Amino acid sequence: MATLVFIFEIETGLMNSALKKANLGKNQRPFYANTSPAALKEALRKMHLVRMFEEMAEDSYIRGLTHGTMHLSIGQEASAVGITMGLRKTDYITSTHRGHGHCIGKGAEAKYMFAEFFGKEEGYCKGRGGSMHIADPETGNLGANGIVGGGLPLATGAALAIKQQKRDDVAVCFFGDGASNEGAFHESLNLAAVWKLPVVYVCENNGYGMSVSTDRSMSVPNVADRASSYNMPGVIVDGNNIADVAEAMVVATERARRGEGPTLIECKTYRTRGHSRSDRNKYRTKEEIEEWKARDPIPLFEKELLDMGIFKQADIDAVQASVKAEIEDGFNFARSGTDPVPEDVTRDVYAREIA
Amino acid sequence: MAVEVILPKVDMDMATGIISKWHVKNGDTVKKGQVLFEMETDKSAIEIDAPAGGIINNIEAQSGAATPIGAIVAMIYAAGEAVLETKAVAPVVEAAQVLKSGVLEKIATIVQSSSSGTRATPLARRLARHKKLDLSAVMGSGPRGRITAQDVEGYKSVAAVVAAPAPDASATMAMYQAGSYDVKPLDGMRRTIAQRLTLSKQTVPHFYLSAKCDLTQLILVRERINMTAPLDETKKPKWKLSINDYVIKALALALQRVPAANVTYTDEGILQHRSSDVGVAVSVEGGLFTPILRNAENKSLSQLSIEMKDLASRARTRKLQPPEYTGGTTAVSNLGMYGIEQFTAIINPPQATILAVGTGIEQFVPVNKQPVLKTLMECTLSCDHRAVDGAVGAELLRAFKAFIEEPALMLA
Amino acid sequence: MRELSFAQALHEALDIAMEADERVFIMGEDIGVYGGAFGVTGDLVHKFGEDRVMDTPIAELGTAGAAVGAAVAGSRPILEFQFSDFSGLAMEQIVNQAAKMRYMLGGKVNVPVVFRMPCGSGTGAAAQHSQSLEAWFAHVPGLKVIEPSTPADAKGMLLAAIEDPDPVLIFEHKLLYKIKGDVPEGHYLTPIGKAHVAREGRDVTVVAAAIMVHKALEAAEILQAEGIEVEVVDLRSIRPIDTATIIASVKKTTRLACIYEGVKTLGIGAEISALVAESEAFDYLDAPILRLGGAESPIPYSPILEKAAVPQVDGIVEALRNLVKGRI
Repeated sequence: MATLVFIFEIETGLMNSALKKANLGKNQRPFYANTSPAALKEALRKMHLVRMFEEMAEDSYIRGLTHGTMHLSIGQEASAVGITMGLRKTDYITSTHRGHGHCIGKGAEAKYMFAEFFGKEEGYCKGRGGSMHIADPETGNLGANGIVGGGLPLATGAALAIKQQKRDDVAVCFFGDGASNEGAFHESLNLAAVWKLPVVYVCENNGYGMSVSTDRSMSVPNVADRASSYNMPGVIVDGNNIADVAEAMVVATERARRGEGPTLIECKTYRTRGHSRSDRNKYRTKEEIEEWKARDPIPLFEKELLDMGIFKQADIDAVQASVKAEIEDGFNFARSGTDPVPEDVTRDVYAREIA
Repeated sequence: MAVEVILPKVDMDMATGIISKWHVKNGDTVKKGQVLFEMETDKSAIEIDAPAGGIINNIEAQSGAATPIGAIVAMIYAAGEAVLETKAVAPVVEAAQVLKSGVLEKIATIVQSSSSGTRATPLARRLARHKKLDLSAVMGSGPRGRITAQDVEGYKSVAAVVAAPAPDASATMAMYQAGSYDVKPLDGMRRTIAQRLTLSKQTVPHFYLSAKCDLTQLILVRERINMTAPLDETKKPKWKLSINDYVIKALALALQRVPAANVTYTDEGILQHRSSDVGVAVSVEGGLFTPILRNAENKSLSQLSIEMKDLASRARTRKLQPPEYTGGTTAVSNLGMYGIEQFTAIINPPQATILAVGTGIEQFVPVNKQPVLKTLMECTLSCDHRAVDGAVGAELLRAFKAFIEEPALMLA
Repeated sequence: MRELSFAQALHEALDIAMEADERVFIMGEDIGVYGGAFGVTGDLVHKFGEDRVMDTPIAELGTAGAAVGAAVAGSRPILEFQFSDFSGLAMEQIVNQAAKMRYMLGGKVNVPVVFRMPCGSGTGAAAQHSQSLEAWFAHVPGLKVIEPSTPADAKGMLLAAIEDPDPVLIFEHKLLYKIKGDVPEGHYLTPIGKAHVAREGRDVTVVAAAIMVHKALEAAEILQAEGIEVEVVDLRSIRPIDTATIIASVKKTTRLACIYEGVKTLGIGAEISALVAESEAFDYLDAPILRLGGAESPIPYSPILEKAAVPQVDGIVEALRNLVKGRI
């Protein structure tokens, strides 16, 4: 993998691994060598945006401002952003119940996400979806899913459509370690392999399916080990290291776009918050949580950017300040949003109603 | 007894009327025939007179409101009579709404609510509402007596009802385990009883009035008179008057005092009878007969007693001729000998009333604040409201009570 | 007009749709060179190729989800379940995903997928290959459930389903595949959500779907000789249901019988009965509402029992006679 050459051009969403080969610097891994500073800054901004969005969401929940629970991905931002940062708008993702990061990664704006969170008509789902289903189909996000494993066949189908329509887009499927025990995982990977579909399966293995750890629920140590059953590459990366994640994703995406079929990427990561807001963390130790907090993906990324001299502290501070402002604006936008009216409860069930 | 003021039907096809103006208000004293209110119909306005004199109350139907025909819009009370709390007054709706479809049906539904216990299909109920027909008068041909649309359509008259098929017997039998019962065929008398009493209950609007009569005087008088009875060849008294003989005589005389109760209702008009022809229910093996004591008001107690004995014995041997139990203006049903204290009887058409007589019971009654032991007999008069209104029935019962309590009056 | 079988009519609809719109493709088990378990896809693979007439692995959940995903991503997939019974494996994708995606996403996506659902008893296939599960799916807002009874409607309704922007399940009773009927040439649509009065009558309304329409029509013929005139409403669409046609018919005939092959309890008949009872037709009912549905059992194998498990013509005749004559 280290021999591969990378270039990310976020602005156009296009990727060409041959174009800037000459820019590969000494001792620099491909991710830093081939990603423009602007794209790196955007990646950092999105990681902060995910983090602060969730912290604000959590705060709103605690203060009783929101309805329903939420599943926070704090600690998993490198995976969400690393996977999505190189995607085009026309590429698809399917997301999970822990999907705020995927949604922002694929291009959603915080204010409309907050509006959804508060059940407002301005929300991405007009208040019909809520935290668990926030998604923006405009940016190729086919939806977060409340069903574990629900998105696997959907992404497979989206990839099938891409192939049917002779496009060179990809479908990316986020799912968790728990979903890899579902039949849908196995059926989907088999179909994608048999039909050589342009799909990348991204398992964010955070170690627990709610409270049950992977060593109690899986027959193999790694989700990626399961790829061999379906004759596709199975890649394990450090899910808290955005460079690791992004580099693997480039390989998988290029393979998919070339029509060579699917890849399974396993991002080893950790959620530092509970499964949902009602989780009391009885199934894991404080020490374990602290250990992973010390490997927080955002400071890790910032340190590398500083160490390599790509950014100065002031640049990072500016990113954080701008995200903070965006979150506050978004929050206020959402709070003053429009409540749905009860008469509209059956609106949008069907595209074509029949009188 | 209070008299109802109803909203009358004045046009063939009207279902509701609009009271445009009341000329009286609650508490006013009205004279019979006085204009109470003006009513609008499709064709013209009409003034409605008071059906009786007294004090008007319970005026509920508002001016400008549409009210279903037949609805009670006020009550006229005698002086000192308590105003009824339960308002027997039909709901009203705004006039403007009447023309909108559905309102009439709603009104009819409320009017019809008395028949809610009747088993009928929704369509039958709807048709009955449109026809302003009381479903309880319709015989159901369906399972368990369910009334269908056809039954309602086929309903024409009392005669038609009687001729209507009875509820499917096989359906009734199916409700009991086979072999758990025997079927006794209906004889003519049983069929007649079933038809006549069903007809009566379904077509005659009954109401009931009760009064307790003090028998103290009557018991004394009866004892003395019975002691004076002449003896026959075998040295037995020629007659022995029963309490029931006095009841017959008292009722016959009371009807002469209150002729408005000595009537029969027909669609052509009220038959005002001259004589008091009193039927007496006689229980016989497998049923009952009600032979008639004609001109009872003119017969002496002993005559009545002898005649009654003869009719009763011939009834038990089924030797009565039809003219002996046809007609009559009232009847007496006495279950006192069974210890029954009070009951209500079904009117035997074409009679307009029937008196249900209970047993005499010794009771302490306060007299001048002291308990005095008296024998009280409770009597309940069933009246056909088509012909006998509440006040008339009450008058009749009051007159009867007076004769029973002071038997000497029967001699007057 | 030429005659086609029900299966041929469906085949023609698929052919026309695929010819007209290259986004349309079919997937399913053994639908390629095998031609489909009931021969509906037939030779389509030779005309349109394996990319558009796709044999799938035996993976109902995965393929159902793939069809939904493809629909969301701009294709027009048609998934054939070999037997609708197998949809139990795919319930998650049909009920939790296809039905809800549009709503959950605030109306921003459409899910134009068609599930073909061969259903029904009468073939000796026993409990796991003979069910009529349309009421299950009709209980789910977001799905449309249709059930044609004639070859002409089969073609028109399948074309309507393919062109519909929402997920549609078309239940095809297996005993209907071979029946023949006039089928118009070319492209036409039979609207989803509209029932059809298959026979007019004044004495009783029978609301039936699929094979039961044919049984009801047979019963109506027999009863006509007795002077009883049966009106048969071919439901055609279970969700949305055509309340107006049902209500109008019941108001006319004053009696209602619901005849359906699915299990009687909590089935289509319950819904039809309830909607009539709730409607203005209630006041026109002159008899109790009658339901004839499948037995409270799985579909048995023995031909005697299999017949006993679903309404048959004799039973329909007797029940309707009793209803009209006021015996129930």
